[in-house]
Amino acid sequence: MAIISRGFTGRHGASEAKLPPGQYLTTDFPVLSAGPTPRISLDRWEFTIDDGNSVLKRWDWKSFRELPTENITVDLHCVTRWSKLGTAWEGVSLDVLLADVKTDLRYAMFRSYGDYITNLALKDVRNKQAWIAFKYDGVDLEPEHGGPARLLVPHLYLWKSAKWIKGIRLMPEDRPGFWESLGYHIYGDPWKEQRYSDE
Amino acid sequence: MEGTAVLGRVTWRTATVVGLRDETASARTLALAMNDWPGHIAGQHVDVRLTAADGYSAVRSYSIASAPSTDGHIEITVERLPNGEVSPYLTEQVLLGDELELRGPIGRWFVWTPEQVGPIQLVAGGSGIVPLMAMIRSRESAGSNAPFRLLYSVRGPEAIFYHDELQALSGERDSLLVTYAYTRVTPKDWPRPAGRIDAERMANDSWPPELRPSMYVCGPTSFVEHTTELLIAAGHNREKIRTERFGATGETK
Repeated sequence: MAIISRGFTGRHGASEAKLPPGQYLTTDFPVLSAGPTPRISLDRWEFTIDDGNSVLKRWDWKSFRELPTENITVDLHCVTRWSKLGTAWEGVSLDVLLADVKTDLRYAMFRSYGDYITNLALKDVRNKQAWIAFKYDGVDLEPEHGGPARLLVPHLYLWKSAKWIKGIRLMPEDRPGFWESLGYHIYGDPWKEQRYSDE
Repeated sequence: MEGTAVLGRVTWRTATVVGLRDETASARTLALAMNDWPGHIAGQHVDVRLTAADGYSAVRSYSIASAPSTDGHIEITVERLPNGEVSPYLTEQVLLGDELELRGPIGRWFVWTPEQVGPIQLVAGGSGIVPLMAMIRSRESAGSNAPFRLLYSVRGPEAIFYHDELQALSGERDSLLVTYAYTRVTPKDWPRPAGRIDAERMANDSWPPELRPSMYVCGPTSFVEHTTELLIAAGHNREKIRTERFGATGETK
């Protein structure tokens, strides 16, 4: 079926076995953003959870940083085909942030400074699957990589791990976010290679 | 035909290499012909898949350099990366008549269409010129009079892609202005020393914020971070800036 590329051998890294289909390994940390990097000062930063009508939870930087944190080491898979293994982060689990949020709503739009949005089902961010991370490799997260704080949902393509996170809006039904409205997959499972909206 | 539209971008197609052209010592343009290409808009990219005899395959994304057309032809320009897996093959080994697998077009954000009549500021760093060149060519082929300005940062004169064509188009219908910024080596008698774009150069060589241009910035991450900061500091609205970055950040370990 595939056309053989005459003379092409490629790099058969032993580590490829650990990668989702169509990904290649990088040791760099590439950046993908739709616009300029927002610079958010910590005294202006806040993180809220709302249901579209009212704000259910609100943290400023100080109260957010008083929450219990976790150190996590995870693999990252970007839809632009690079994967980076064993990245070390510190963050607050979504299980902590959602602990006393009582809701029947099953979906959420994650919202960022700079107006980026991405959609996720709550079942994909509960049960040790998602964090709001503020340190990478032991140091404060750089703005290019989403600092002061970004979402980390490593089991989905990295565009779901919204940089410069500022809040969660709970929703009754799934709706596409920014890239999901522009032809990228509504769910984005790298192991099923769900890159684009029609696959 | 409706079936084709639905299958759309994610179908792998066979593309025949019908033209090869060196742009610089390390970059080459491949002209590709397909009999079922659905068409594209300027700024979009394609996935190219190479497959080894043992079945191993590697896929990379490349921006389309050519203007939209209906003849099933596109061009991509590939810069050879020192430790690349796919780019050395595409820039050194591919021959005329070879077949590659390709899918696309992909991307609906970093795009320009001739319906956009307002002023456009393009800022390119190195091979970041490629999708911006597609916009310039799209403007030309559509006969658009949208005022375009390109600020193109290169290491030196030998690193410029599409030089003669940019020269020929520059000043066409008096609203495509091309300015080069040289970071390492300047041409002889160039009035400015080599160096990266600073606030003064950005102010001189780009549309003023009062014109409210739409801006497209493409290049290595550090270049995009730096130039978008300059644009915002100059008073441009960040919502008007679209970016496409490649490569790692310089600062992060």
